[in-house]
Amino acid sequence: MEYVIIGNSTAAVGAVEAIRRNDKTGKIVIISNEKYHVYSRPLISYLLLGKTDEERMKYRNDDFYSEHRCELKLGRTAQRIDVQEKRVILDDGESVSYDRLLVASGSSPVVPPIPGLEKVRNKFTFTTLDDAKSLEKALFENARVLILGAGLIGLKCAEGLSKRNVEIICVDLSTRVLSSILDDQSSEIMKQHLEDHHISFYLGRQVTGFKDNVACLDDNDEIPFDVLVLAVGVRPNVNLIKDIGGKTNRGILIDERCRTSIPDIYAAGDCCESMDISSGQIKQMALLPNAYMQGECAGMNMSGVDCIFDKAIPMNAIGLFGKHIMTAGTYTGQTYYESDGKDYKKLFYSNNRLNGFILIGNIEKAGIYTALIREKTPLDTLDFELICKTPGLMAFSRETRAEKLGGVINEYLGSPVGISCVE
Amino acid sequence: MAVEYIQPEYEVVRNQERCIVCRVCERQCANQVHEYLKDSNRMVADDSKCVNCHRCVALCPTRALKIVKSPHTFKENTNWSGKAISEIYKQAESGGVLLSSMGNPENYPVYFDKMLLNASQVTNPSIDPLREPMETRVFLGAKPERIERDEKGRIIRSLPPQIQLSMPVMFSAMSYGSISYNAHESLARAAAELGILYNTGEGGLHEDLYKYGKNTIVQVASGRFGVHKDYLESGAAIEIKMGQGAKPGIGGHLPGEKVGMDISRTRMIPEGTDAISPAPHHDIYSIEDLRQLVYSLKEATGYKKPVIVKIAAVHNVAAIASGIARSGADMIAIDGFRGGTGAAPTRIRDHVGLPIELALASVDKRLRDEGIRNRVSIIAGGSIRSSADVVKAIALGADCVYIATAALVALGCHLCRSCHTGKCNWGIATQRPDLVKRLNPNIGFRRLVNLLTAWQHEIKEMMGGMGINSIEALRGNRLMLRGVGLNEKELEILGIKHAGE
Amino acid sequence: MKRVYVNEKWCLGCHLCEYYCAFASTGETDMARALKDIRINPRIRVEECEGISFAVSCRHCPEPLCVKGCITGALRKIDGIITVDRNRCIGCYTCILSCPYGAVSPSEDGAIQKCELCIKTHEGTPRCVLGCPNGAIVFEERGE
Repeated sequence: MEYVIIGNSTAAVGAVEAIRRNDKTGKIVIISNEKYHVYSRPLISYLLLGKTDEERMKYRNDDFYSEHRCELKLGRTAQRIDVQEKRVILDDGESVSYDRLLVASGSSPVVPPIPGLEKVRNKFTFTTLDDAKSLEKALFENARVLILGAGLIGLKCAEGLSKRNVEIICVDLSTRVLSSILDDQSSEIMKQHLEDHHISFYLGRQVTGFKDNVACLDDNDEIPFDVLVLAVGVRPNVNLIKDIGGKTNRGILIDERCRTSIPDIYAAGDCCESMDISSGQIKQMALLPNAYMQGECAGMNMSGVDCIFDKAIPMNAIGLFGKHIMTAGTYTGQTYYESDGKDYKKLFYSNNRLNGFILIGNIEKAGIYTALIREKTPLDTLDFELICKTPGLMAFSRETRAEKLGGVINEYLGSPVGISCVE
Repeated sequence: MAVEYIQPEYEVVRNQERCIVCRVCERQCANQVHEYLKDSNRMVADDSKCVNCHRCVALCPTRALKIVKSPHTFKENTNWSGKAISEIYKQAESGGVLLSSMGNPENYPVYFDKMLLNASQVTNPSIDPLREPMETRVFLGAKPERIERDEKGRIIRSLPPQIQLSMPVMFSAMSYGSISYNAHESLARAAAELGILYNTGEGGLHEDLYKYGKNTIVQVASGRFGVHKDYLESGAAIEIKMGQGAKPGIGGHLPGEKVGMDISRTRMIPEGTDAISPAPHHDIYSIEDLRQLVYSLKEATGYKKPVIVKIAAVHNVAAIASGIARSGADMIAIDGFRGGTGAAPTRIRDHVGLPIELALASVDKRLRDEGIRNRVSIIAGGSIRSSADVVKAIALGADCVYIATAALVALGCHLCRSCHTGKCNWGIATQRPDLVKRLNPNIGFRRLVNLLTAWQHEIKEMMGGMGINSIEALRGNRLMLRGVGLNEKELEILGIKHAGE
Repeated sequence: MKRVYVNEKWCLGCHLCEYYCAFASTGETDMARALKDIRINPRIRVEECEGISFAVSCRHCPEPLCVKGCITGALRKIDGIITVDRNRCIGCYTCILSCPYGAVSPSEDGAIQKCELCIKTHEGTPRCVLGCPNGAIVFEERGE
């Protein structure tokens, strides 16, 4: 069996680890246009911050490829897929044949069509190690860094730059920071927090053009800057599949076995769209945990073990200047809310299910909420009032707890005394 | 109360250097001795509430705690002890009967400690129990007068019902109510594992524990709580409780607050009502009356279960035992004055009854003198503290002993003698669910099994030393005992010679 | 594979497991010296409410969501034990967001901490198990 994987990041690792669980001998070829040992992309901001280094950024140990016997074709780009001949044609004309192919081609930063952008000096995107390295080189004392986009990438970049003695200005079309994962109030809390850490915001504004290194806003404000970071979002890399007639939308469309519409071709990770079970919608969820689990699911199916991944939900854990945010799911339905102006908690629920949540500050045991969404736990099977206040196993029934904690399930539960609790 | 007549008996000493303020002492003390002071982040203790049960000491992970006897003292003299003085203060305050728990703690002679065992030297060989078989098995029940044979000369094997024990020790009566469910379960499971019997006491038998019936003695006492046909038939033997060593002539009283749903079901009384066991059985005023109950119970169980009659050791115990032996009972249990209790009036506990050693010796002698010793087995109880006490009791004439306090100590009891408060920190003498769960029967039963397994080894060692390889051969073998520091009369009653004779 | 199992029926809510856990991670030999004047941050936590209590620590799941979701690769399952490479952990807390038991928590230095079964250091049995006074926490083989 010959496995070919296009891409060398999280989904690819998930697939390799799964394939090797089932198939110790098959050939695995990894093709990536990046030349690095697999690294964790989200860590590039920590690299700028000095909290990690290239060595520690490695997502798996140095012996990962040899241990899993992967053949690497790094720094090479897959140009097209020949479905008839079942092979992948690389940029230098080499063709790699496959029995099973995984497209884990990731996503690319969106470069907005703003007049004058092409003439801007020192402009960068911020999704790869190379991006981070070149951005770092362009920095200098008291530089004014303009970040376009106050979303996850833009703000992590801002934090990454915060120790660099530079001025950080953030512009976003949205009136809120982190608008994709926070609601109004929580966004305001974070904005305050970020401003306390000397990040200036121009929110609800649009950059209509650049005059060299001056950004012109829609309200005629002008922001001169030295360095520009474009962080307005990412777009899935779908062309390989689209070109051969595979179903794509914004991302590659996959089923719950991570199959594309073309036989023997799978896709996983940021290049895909998949079902968000918290909303029932098909959407792009460019999130590392989902990428791994999709890759793993693809790898299992590619190596002949039937496997379904149908637990994808949007979920984000992000820390900014010491304040942690955790969000998951969809923000619809009734809400449970508590906040002291600094910490924040909001749970969204309807139809006996938890749909989503936003936590800022106290993130203890947040995974218990995530599990309620992921497992679609009926809320009437637990003490919802209690779990809203304090996430914990306490809110579940005694039987469920016994099961979860592996306590003696059968032997003593029936006994009437010695237990102080009766549900 | 402006005038404090009584000062705390104990002091809680905390080594602040070692205290890490984990607060386990505070969480584990049902008497609320320990308290956390938030402002100074320190633990403090209220000595006056401490009963010296050692729960906090035992659980303190840094050994930061100890309980010491308070050096505070009254101006005592030989006649007016501190105890006597403080008891007067208590009664002057309350106007009530003093209550206590567990066995008589007073300074009466402990005869077991004044008797020594023999061992073989030269002229008769001792036996190494590690190399040779040693029999500790005993059979309890009435034995025939003589061996009878049929016309072909074969031995007629029909015997009255017998109980087989792997060793001559049983757990004596403690009711579900006086002790916790978990304590009962521990005893039942240990008895089953060891091949001995435990005793329900007068609290009925919880339905969960019917499965240990082969190892259960079901008790019928003056309150007749929890007695019904299935109950009688569930056990291996039936015990009629006439008296208890800790409180001869006194009934029992389980306060209503301890009678929760489970106990109420088991005792067959309404929830929350006091369970009062009268001092006498109101249908027994003579040996003839007793005989009626013995035979009623036998009749009810098809003559398949031996019947035990339990009495407290009192002044004319030998004559009473003789009567019991003639009442049709298969066994007599004699409970000495050191026997434990969940609650008794202090004066009764401390001033009524007889030492078991003397009672046992006189009963055994009396029955032998009357030629009816074979009709009954004798079970001796009332503070058997070790395997040596077991061996001495057997040599004085017992078939078997009852232990209870020792078993509770194995379960964690620290003899703080506060059972009557219902706040046992060790989960034994309490019905408070949060306290009951402190005694995990999985651990408790193992500790009981360990204790008696150890005793069995020791019994074999002592038997081997005496050159005896079967415990039955030791029964009533008073030549194996010598008294030390006993007077002529004591030696005469015990039926033993003085050391050196 | 032996694992830590908790039976709430026997949990007394004494919190000793938490202290023994905190002690285990200090590497000290004397608990008083190790934990004096320290606010502990144990890897096993007792949940309690109205008379019910039980300890929760990492279940070392067969399909560990924390490992799969770890953005750095710091969390790995080695010989059945989910371990943290603290040098790699960046403190993003995705694992806290993923763990359905609430068994992962932040440590003092920002990296995450969780039960890594201190069996190598403590007589082959985790310290919380040794320290439990009532057999509520056991270390047993029960199959996956």
